[in-house]
Amino acid sequence: MITMEHVCKSYKVAKRDAGFKEACKSLFCREYETIQALSDVSFTIRDGEMVGYIGPNGAGKSSTIKILSGILTPDSGTCDVNGRVPWKDRIRHVKEIGVVFGQRTQLWWDVPVIDSFALLKDIYSIPEEIYQANKEELTRRLSLSELLRTPTRQLSLGQRMRCEIAASLLHSPKVLFLDEPTIGLDAVSKLAVRDFILRQNELHGTTVILTTHDMQDIEALTKRIILIGKGKILMDGTLEDIRKSGENMDETVATLYHSYGI
Amino acid sequence: MRLVCRKYVSFFRLRFSMGLQYRVAALAGVVTQFFWGFMEIMVFRAFYETDAQAFPVSFASTASYIWLQQAFLAFFMVWFMENEILDAIVNGNVAYELCRPVDIYGMWFARSVANRASRAVLRCFPILVVAAFLPAPFGIMKPRDPVSFLWFIWTLAMGFLVTVAFCMVVYMLAFFTVSAQGLRILCVSAVEFLSGLVIPLPFFPEKILRVMQALPFAYMQNVPLLVYSGDLTGRQLWRTAALQLLWLVALILLGRALWLLAKRRIVVQGG
Repeated sequence: MITMEHVCKSYKVAKRDAGFKEACKSLFCREYETIQALSDVSFTIRDGEMVGYIGPNGAGKSSTIKILSGILTPDSGTCDVNGRVPWKDRIRHVKEIGVVFGQRTQLWWDVPVIDSFALLKDIYSIPEEIYQANKEELTRRLSLSELLRTPTRQLSLGQRMRCEIAASLLHSPKVLFLDEPTIGLDAVSKLAVRDFILRQNELHGTTVILTTHDMQDIEALTKRIILIGKGKILMDGTLEDIRKSGENMDETVATLYHSYGI
Repeated sequence: MRLVCRKYVSFFRLRFSMGLQYRVAALAGVVTQFFWGFMEIMVFRAFYETDAQAFPVSFASTASYIWLQQAFLAFFMVWFMENEILDAIVNGNVAYELCRPVDIYGMWFARSVANRASRAVLRCFPILVVAAFLPAPFGIMKPRDPVSFLWFIWTLAMGFLVTVAFCMVVYMLAFFTVSAQGLRILCVSAVEFLSGLVIPLPFFPEKILRVMQALPFAYMQNVPLLVYSGDLTGRQLWRTAALQLLWLVALILLGRALWLLAKRRIVVQGG
């Protein structure tokens, strides 16, 4: 069970106008602007649910994921993931979650993937038999057997993303956060990743929270959608709520963004 | 407790074995350090020939100092920072490190120790062996006696940890700046000078030396190298070793305090 109540988060950003003169001026007197990344965000997600978290770039999706995974501390508001406050009890909290950031890598660049897995086993203190069982299952379902002995730097993006997802599930987390997991992937890899996530939810009841810009991801995976824009939750409903018959998903969402003025 | 240790050992192991695989880099390092060692010794020889009395330590001691310094360079060079850590902080990859069930400070400490140790292991033996066979005043002296040799090992290890603890402070400071470059350059140049990497510390004038000895940098490479050559013994040695330990604790506490502060105001940059 995940609940977020009235969460706010702001960043301070240094601003200046273009030009050398302005650059010199900002050396001495810097103007800061406060950007409200999240304002009064509240939602509840039940165990075993799959939720799509959508919104335009800079809407606050990643900030939400980072708060839920204990990386960022919000300015105000409360948050509870399976009975813990993520940023206060970070170490115990992260043991029960898996996170994939589509634009970053968690695998060690210069060593074979299997070495990164072995390190994760020790980091999460995964018992030997559970580790072996999970590794075998993930290897089979994501067809990794050829990849495990290759150094990460030599994997293609699609291959790497499959390994990243496996790496985040080795410790059997109850909740999985996916931050743009299909970004930059080709059609085959996208389908493989989607299919895997769907099966993961069916087989293990893993709660999945997914942010993406790819509406086909949403169509394939989630029933429930939370729409965020300019740091505010604008809509929390089902796919059917936003879909109008006949139109394609991207257009539907673009219309939706327009209607909320974001 | 055992499981907790296991995490760090496992980190150490992976980083260590990763370091060992860069063989060409190690070879290049050995060659550079030989060359550098020779150059330094030649320069000092020219100075000593002018007036050997003007120096606080003998030429043979200086030669030993230089060879040991070159052999264990990876332990003490502040610019051997973990670029991956600094990069992770600057580009936001630190997000992944933060969602692991480990203490960030401990994890990075283990990683830095492993990285430096793996480099030193690959580089120290060729240099030590060759330097040991060089003719008398130019090579490395034999250790004086077992006790002082043990003192050398102990202060070497402590000096190494002081260096790592100092680098940890720099990493933590990187959380507060947008780019780590400036911080890095500032620290590297200051520390190289103040730790005796450019000129051995005993060569500095008394008054300046006293200031330097009040800073943590004098307790990095300076102490073990002086212990080896026999220029630091008796009560003076006990006092210095105690101060070294004190600085280690102080730097670790400072690093951890900075981490606690950083944690609260962390901003993960990019995306």
